[in-house]
Amino acid sequence: MSETMRNVALFALVGGLIVLTGVMQSWNSALTILNMGLISAIMALGVNLQWGFAGLFNVGVMGFVALGGLATVLISMPPVEGAFAAGGVRILTALVLGAATIVAAVLVQSRLHGKAKALATVVILIAGFFIFRAVLDPGVAAVEAINPALQGNLGGLGLPVIIAWPVGGLLAAGVAWVIGKTALGLRSDYLAIATLGIAEIIIAVMKNEDWLARGVKNVVGLPRPVPREIDLQNDPGFVEQAAGFGVDPVTASTLFVKTQYGLLFALVLVILLLGAQLALKSPWGRMMRAIRDNEVAAEAMGKDVKARHLQIFILGSAICGIAGAMMTTLDGQLTPGSYQPLRFTFLIWVMVIVGGSGNNFGAVLGGFLIWFLWVQVEPVGLFLIETLTAGLSEDSALRLHLLDSAAHMRLLTMGLILLLVLRFSPRGLIPER
Amino acid sequence: MDFLNAIVALSNFVLIPAIAYGSQLALGALGVTLIYGILRFSNFAHGDTMAFGAMVTILVTWAMQAAGISFGPLPTALLALPFGIIGAAALLLLTDKFVYQFYRRQKAAPVILVIVSMGVMFIMNGLVRFIIGPDDQRFGDGARFIISARDFREMTGLREGLAIKTSQGITVITAVIVVAILFWFLNRTRTGKSMRAFSDNEDLALLSGINPDRVVMYTWLIVAALATVAGTLYGLDKSFKPFTYFQLLLPIFASAIVGGLGSPLGAIVGGFVIAFSEVTITYAWKKVLGYMMPESLEPDGLVQLLSTDYKFAVSFVILIIVLLFRPTGLFKGKAV
Repeated sequence: MSETMRNVALFALVGGLIVLTGVMQSWNSALTILNMGLISAIMALGVNLQWGFAGLFNVGVMGFVALGGLATVLISMPPVEGAFAAGGVRILTALVLGAATIVAAVLVQSRLHGKAKALATVVILIAGFFIFRAVLDPGVAAVEAINPALQGNLGGLGLPVIIAWPVGGLLAAGVAWVIGKTALGLRSDYLAIATLGIAEIIIAVMKNEDWLARGVKNVVGLPRPVPREIDLQNDPGFVEQAAGFGVDPVTASTLFVKTQYGLLFALVLVILLLGAQLALKSPWGRMMRAIRDNEVAAEAMGKDVKARHLQIFILGSAICGIAGAMMTTLDGQLTPGSYQPLRFTFLIWVMVIVGGSGNNFGAVLGGFLIWFLWVQVEPVGLFLIETLTAGLSEDSALRLHLLDSAAHMRLLTMGLILLLVLRFSPRGLIPER
Repeated sequence: MDFLNAIVALSNFVLIPAIAYGSQLALGALGVTLIYGILRFSNFAHGDTMAFGAMVTILVTWAMQAAGISFGPLPTALLALPFGIIGAAALLLLTDKFVYQFYRRQKAAPVILVIVSMGVMFIMNGLVRFIIGPDDQRFGDGARFIISARDFREMTGLREGLAIKTSQGITVITAVIVVAILFWFLNRTRTGKSMRAFSDNEDLALLSGINPDRVVMYTWLIVAALATVAGTLYGLDKSFKPFTYFQLLLPIFASAIVGGLGSPLGAIVGGFVIAFSEVTITYAWKKVLGYMMPESLEPDGLVQLLSTDYKFAVSFVILIIVLLFRPTGLFKGKAV
């Protein structure tokens, strides 16, 4: 069997699994899996760009995904009335002052030397911090006092939600630039810890800064790029069409909406996949892989390793940001409390490794396959445990405990899959060519 | 101006909690640093190893409590600790045999081992949640305080109380004992010396007839002991929840890196550096400053530099500062 045939067969297998879900469970859940699979595939593309192309070990994916989600709120929500006048100006001034402090501290590093440098840095940072807090705190208090039960934040720009997707990418790219400037010089495992920490900090900021996106109080009811189910159900034309297909209007409307989301996501995935594929085949892509395989040799050939690393770190993070914005759009709400590294960083890594790092199609396949398993392992595990413990009495403590714990089967399974692939097929399902 | 009360308040809210937390971090960082020094990779599964060891300890503690065994004023968990260590050691040796050994024989790149440890992390995390569940578990018993705030106030007549929790006292004492044994082992025994030789120069150690499998086995055994002790002490002092152990990974790695990866002494210093910075920067200084300053200057606000939710940011910023100015850590670490 040729390589192409094999790859097509693998994709067909995953497609078949999703269709099987549609037949055995419901088309609704099949479409849900498909939509999140598309988003997961995009995240995996981003990580593959960093790890597969350039060998950068980024375990801060969660942070960039969350930034994309933040962008969705900041772009698409209507502005909160009076919030900007009450404290918005103060907050923005404080942020500019904070940035100026850091810029000043960085400038000092190159201008001064010895003791003067250390002293000036400390003085600038400490003074800057207190000025920042003095300007920021009253503004925050004023904004958070506005209708705290429903708002208490600055709100967004009230633009169409689709615009949030590229903006989410830009936001993630901006943060990635700052991180890359400081952390990319570090050795691979230091970079890993650094990115892990940055992701936690981004989440901490989103949870605590209520003026930004209401923190753990969540933002719900985000605008959507597709019609609402309830509007479709009230539309006589749609109901008639649904009846023509022999489907009741409620099911038809959910399926219709999910399909539309799916088409939008698929479009984004195709564009990004095409771009990544062209990049991989271009001289730029070859240079990246050369740097990955031997940094010293590439540097000797005159390649600017540091700049290329920064470039691809920003690109990969931006893709994760876009995916994050899409995911928040699909959810219709931003819930900072739900971002967990196991789900949003390490699971994406499993997707890339299992699919095949260095191969864009591999990453996409991994995204779909692992997401499918992540969703389906739970019911399957429950079924297995029910079957295995069927001999025990209904209220046996062991049986109840096992049934309770079935939800955690998915972590075990993901670890097992990752280890098995690393051991027996270390280059993934679709290896790099 | 009231220095005595200020010092008492400072000890109560900053020094004592930071010393206890620092001991826990130091024990965790020692495990990370030993694995890095001898097996030469950053073990992402360390937080979950701690959770697993603590979980076995908790289960045995519950069994002991049910059987009516107690340790007087001390927590029963201390009696259960050896069982926890055995459990964690068994798990780690099995993991090594079935997972890590293969890559060691292959001489795989360290970064591959890091990814492998991510897989192990998933499995251990799932295992812990599967067995004990994702919720908070309480298992502390015995006397709650060595000295309570009220007793202290009555004893000294000061306005401020000083409370020392039993768990804090036990943490520090246990940590000192464990570290003393570890350093004695590494510096005085034949096996310990061969471990250090292996860490310094693998080829030379192999040439001088050191058995690598033995070194690796002892490393895992020591790491199991350190991780279980650290995990149990943290659980006694705060509470046991699988997810918080996963999150401990960041401060633990920060401690090990700040001290210099591969240096045991560095891990201990790093643990305290991180713990003290976290606690001092997230503590509301109003009370202490109120005692220290003349009344007219008393601060209005809480004088809290950062909210406690940003404690990750603190360990992270210190990590970055140290790495930028001393890339191998405070004590010269190694680089693979």
